[in-house]
Amino acid sequence: MNLHEYQAKQLLARYKIPIPRGEMTDKTDNAAEIFSRLGIKNGVVKSQIHSGGRGKAGGIKPVNSPAQASAAVKELIGKTLITNQTPPGRGKVVRKILIEESLPVERELYLGMVIDRKHSCPSIIASAEGGMEIEELARKSPAKIITVHLHPHLGLQRYQAQQLAYALNVPNINEGIGLFMNFARLFIENDCSLAEINPLVIPKPQITQIASGSTLVALDAKINLDDRALYRHKDLLEWRDISEEDPIEYEASKHDLSYIGLDGTIGCIVNGAGLAMSTMDLIKLHGGNPANFLDVGGGATAEQVTNAFKLLLSNKNVKAILVNIFGGIMKCDVIAEGIVNAVKEVGLNLPLVVRLEGTNVKLGKEILAKSKLNIVSADTMDEAARRVVRLANSNNQTPNSK
Amino acid sequence: MSILVNKNTKVIVQGITGSAGAFHARQMIDYKTNVVAGVTPGKGGMLWEEKVPVFNTVAQAVKATGADASVVFVPAAFCADALLEAADAGLKLVVCITEGIPTLDMTRVYKFYKDKGVRLIGPNCPGIITPDEPTRTDGRPGGCKIGIMPGYIHKKGAVGIVSRSGTLTYEAVWQVTNLGMGQSTCIGIGGDPIIGTSFIDTLELFQKDKQTKAIVLIGEIGGTMEEEAAEFIKANVNKPVVAFIAGQTAPKGKRMGHAGAIISGGKGTAKEKIEKLTACGITVVPNPAEIGVTVAKLL
Repeated sequence: MNLHEYQAKQLLARYKIPIPRGEMTDKTDNAAEIFSRLGIKNGVVKSQIHSGGRGKAGGIKPVNSPAQASAAVKELIGKTLITNQTPPGRGKVVRKILIEESLPVERELYLGMVIDRKHSCPSIIASAEGGMEIEELARKSPAKIITVHLHPHLGLQRYQAQQLAYALNVPNINEGIGLFMNFARLFIENDCSLAEINPLVIPKPQITQIASGSTLVALDAKINLDDRALYRHKDLLEWRDISEEDPIEYEASKHDLSYIGLDGTIGCIVNGAGLAMSTMDLIKLHGGNPANFLDVGGGATAEQVTNAFKLLLSNKNVKAILVNIFGGIMKCDVIAEGIVNAVKEVGLNLPLVVRLEGTNVKLGKEILAKSKLNIVSADTMDEAARRVVRLANSNNQTPNSK
Repeated sequence: MSILVNKNTKVIVQGITGSAGAFHARQMIDYKTNVVAGVTPGKGGMLWEEKVPVFNTVAQAVKATGADASVVFVPAAFCADALLEAADAGLKLVVCITEGIPTLDMTRVYKFYKDKGVRLIGPNCPGIITPDEPTRTDGRPGGCKIGIMPGYIHKKGAVGIVSRSGTLTYEAVWQVTNLGMGQSTCIGIGGDPIIGTSFIDTLELFQKDKQTKAIVLIGEIGGTMEEEAAEFIKANVNKPVVAFIAGQTAPKGKRMGHAGAIISGGKGTAKEKIEKLTACGITVVPNPAEIGVTVAKLL
């Protein structure tokens, strides 16, 4: 689950990490009032969408009066932002705006934390050069990136926070140590998968009335939570913003299906993530394009298969469907019944290729053959992929195809 | 020889009275796996399905049966604790099937296992299987199956298979079996970002194993384990290796079913992995349907 910037900042504030004064609005009529209430001179309005690159896409605007704030919010709410990180051709609609004080900045730092897969531990990544994306930083000046590995049982130790504080040359070492310790605590206690303060700024000293005189302020923040640990963070779950999620992916998650939408025309239903990915690859290899990734689970049930068909058909680009099931524990005859029922229930009128393999495969194929439904049966996944590509391409050329 | 497990391995099932645990315990026993005990706190003292004694704790089960290995079906929210318990009870090998363990929990479990020198396979994996010859008495195949894979697709042989996937592994196993070859041991190391046993750990064992004559490595997007394996194979493995990497068409930044299958920050793509493996002289098949025939050519 991803948090919005304003939510991430609220979480930072809970851990005593200084943030600029600000307030979120999802209305078009209260921005001037908020601007005045914050008691700020120079401000900024920031579109709250789950994507980076908001500034370049025009989603962040400086505002220096209540009237300007009001005008900017009116302009941005409801607007679709296409950033360099949103999916091709699809933008994100702005529904929420953060109105915030603008800080004159002396220096920008980068502070991030992730689970380091290579070392199997949480790690802090920091740099004295903030503001740009960490990937860009890693490309441009890898030597300037500092990494600190946390002992999984001990967490961040004070000496490590001190190392960071000196390496980043923060103005007040103790304040830096405190901030890094709190940041690590936030990450662990909330089961984050990623936390990023970028930039972490050192404001110009004359602006000390802001953020209660802090020498380090989190100007932007991004926090992603580990979905698998959300059961123990009911409070954070309330921050989930369904409008930011792909509607089909969200629907799939309700049925315990793992679905990811793609741009192609061949709908896929597969059991197991690895097999699902390689089925997509095979479609591509034979000149087709997968419309989706869909894993019905290693031990899929007939009901899962029916739900999967319904999901696929909600995507209007789908011209043909491929079902690839390796029945291990789940028997092929049960899956075949599920397919037959699903096809009847949803009234499928697209070409369908089914490849079954594994336990009771003969029975399964018999059920498909007896059903008299227009199902192309394939023996291997290679043959199945070839056939579905051919069918999708010919269906594509039919002008009256649905 | 095989690696890590064989027909003499004594196995405990943690969570034997749960639905998944019970179902797979039956399947494992049916495959002639030596299941010596079950563990479910609160159910100690019962005899599960009139066959397997159940204990309240893993330590009790180990003491009473001299078990070597455990397979864990405990639900995700309690699983990390069950894994720590297993490592603390003196087992040498623990196989974790459970999917969905919080990642930070796994970082703690991982470190605990490394410090204790206990081998963990998984989590979020199909397990490990060493097929044996069909017995003379009933003619049915069997062996040591510690996991959820369908036993009958396996056959004793010379191909070692290691994979991050479940059903895709079955696919490869089935191809190998149908071509008249068989497997020494098959290990699903799991689809999570933090897993106990890596490709390198397994390759090292397959290289040493006399029964294994060829190795199939099935990787996928996310992380750098395949790249590390490529370097390792180049330097240390002289047996033929056939590799396949799933996820060439996977979009960036999306988790493809497995928690660990994600291209993040443009890193962990199938292309990078295939290039690295190829550069290290390893045969990478572009088509998963060709895994079996490619192994047959190299054997």
